Amino acid sequence: MPDVTKTAAPADEAVDTPSVVAAAAPQQEKARSLWGDAWHDLRRNPYFIVSSVLIFFLLLIAALPGLFTSASPTAGDLVHHYVGKPELGKIGSEGWLGYDIQGRSVYARLIHGTRASIIVGVAVTAIVTVVGSIMGMISGYFGGVIDAVLSRITDIFFGIPFLLGAMVVLQSFTDRTILVVVFALAFLGWTQITRVMRGAVITVKQADYVQAAKALGAGTTRILFRHILPNAMAPVIVVATIALGGYISAEATLSYLGLGLASPTVSWGVDISAGVQAIRTSQHILLYPSIMVSITVLAFIMLGEAVRNALDPKLR
Amino acid sequence: MGRYVIRRLLQMIPVFFGATLLIFLMVNVMGDPIAGLCGDRQCDPATAAQLKKEFGLDKPVWQQYLTYMGNLFTGDFGTAFNGQPVTELMADAFPVTIRLTIVAILFEIVIGITLGVITGLKRGHPVDTTVLLLTLVVLSVPIFVIGLLVQLLLGVKWGWIEPAVSPEAPFDELIVPGLVLASVSLAYVTRLTRTSIAENKRADYVRTAVAKGLPRRRVITRHLLRNSLIPVVTFIGADVGALMGGAIVTERIFNIHGVGYQLYQGIVRQNTQTVVGFVTVLVLVFLLANLLVDLLYAVLDPRIRYA
Repeated sequence: MPDVTKTAAPADEAVDTPSVVAAAAPQQEKARSLWGDAWHDLRRNPYFIVSSVLIFFLLLIAALPGLFTSASPTAGDLVHHYVGKPELGKIGSEGWLGYDIQGRSVYARLIHGTRASIIVGVAVTAIVTVVGSIMGMISGYFGGVIDAVLSRITDIFFGIPFLLGAMVVLQSFTDRTILVVVFALAFLGWTQITRVMRGAVITVKQADYVQAAKALGAGTTRILFRHILPNAMAPVIVVATIALGGYISAEATLSYLGLGLASPTVSWGVDISAGVQAIRTSQHILLYPSIMVSITVLAFIMLGEAVRNALDPKLR
Repeated sequence: MGRYVIRRLLQMIPVFFGATLLIFLMVNVMGDPIAGLCGDRQCDPATAAQLKKEFGLDKPVWQQYLTYMGNLFTGDFGTAFNGQPVTELMADAFPVTIRLTIVAILFEIVIGITLGVITGLKRGHPVDTTVLLLTLVVLSVPIFVIGLLVQLLLGVKWGWIEPAVSPEAPFDELIVPGLVLASVSLAYVTRLTRTSIAENKRADYVRTAVAKGLPRRRVITRHLLRNSLIPVVTFIGADVGALMGGAIVTERIFNIHGVGYQLYQGIVRQNTQTVVGFVTVLVLVFLLANLLVDLLYAVLDPRIRYA
């Protein structure tokens, strides 16, 4: 199982930033902020460039699938049923990746399925980041009893295996739309962000500028959102980016288990669960959507790690 | 030490009850606990009412939960829909999944840590880059794709292994499924060890050990590795719980009748008692594994003491 709770496992730095470049710029430049500094690093990181280009294309496909294929993802022609093997030479044509069991173009379904997968990934990440950040901020900033209670609640949700919880939630809905899948994944997913945010806030709240803001009489809301949040956000952004790929993978896994999105929605997960049925005879039905999922997950992992390395001053 | 363990055990109590209550509510309130009893058809209203009365489902939910927990502590996990007690299902399923988990953890420890040490010592070397790229690929490909590919190639096309595991599931048949189950974690263990080793290898105590003429092997295993293992042990410990619950996909691919199989059947067939019972045990395993990890810290790093 591509366990999303694992995707944000502790800090490791895989993507080596070319430190030579940073060292070769000794001339005193204008002092940059943490984010300015990170951007300076990122622009030179090949992993960042590759993943950004990949993500840009995925978003483009999701937004405008018509640009990439004119074939319909739902129109099936049973002439191609089972015999429609890929003709890889004819790049971009309707049948170049073959046809599925219903005689529909695998390529058209790949292109049109991008949107559902990207929406699931982005929506779950957005919900989880907002909910998790708020919980983590309250828990970390106020401490004491509030922290103890919120931390135990987080532990409770964290204790139930992620995929299992999502399966139980999905099983209780008869109509599994994108919204339901998003809810099921977000239901247990927020704990990870809460823990990261809580840790970051505890570190930041002791900083001098927070004490200074307090001494100047700033209100709690102002301190939390103007002073603490911007400085505690970095690790959350990294974890959320990597988790986004994980959620897309989780959606596909749930579909494989027969509990994800269902036809007539066009998504990679739907194609994957159909492809599993035909794995012994027509592997291409399973292969191409799986490749798309893998590429997407890879792009978000690389992006997340590139950002982590750029933000981590220890590695400079 | 004793007091620390007791305090941790006490802290586990609310989490244990909370998590069981949560899964109980998820199954009983969001789902319909008797929907699965009549097979694929809907129960007719009279039968449904009769069944609800029989199982005490007409009572308020908190009362049902208290009754369930009360029964749990007398060792009664309820009855699955096929009439078997859930404890009997557990007795069949847990040994299989524990064997599978042991195989997976062994792969993580042996291959993961070895690769991590090698790449950590040779940062920037082609070996390092290759292994890192491989871990990235393993992390991105969903595990069911890896599993199905391995089954198709090794099991069906080349005939090296049996594509499906027999009901007894002895260790030798679980080697390949165990490797598939471990694959994602293996990649993490490799990267964690690599980072940790690379950070520590410039530490003063390593230089001291080298300077006093210790053989390289001893410096690495006794000094460097032992100090680098804490984050890795944390990860592997937390992974024990995750692997046992996360084996749903692997067990489904290789037809292993363990915990994941029972849970999958339980969820899809809305077999409430099975789901709640198994998840309760999994939560317990997860909590105990985390406690064990914390205690292991003291073994790895004598500076850590629990008063």
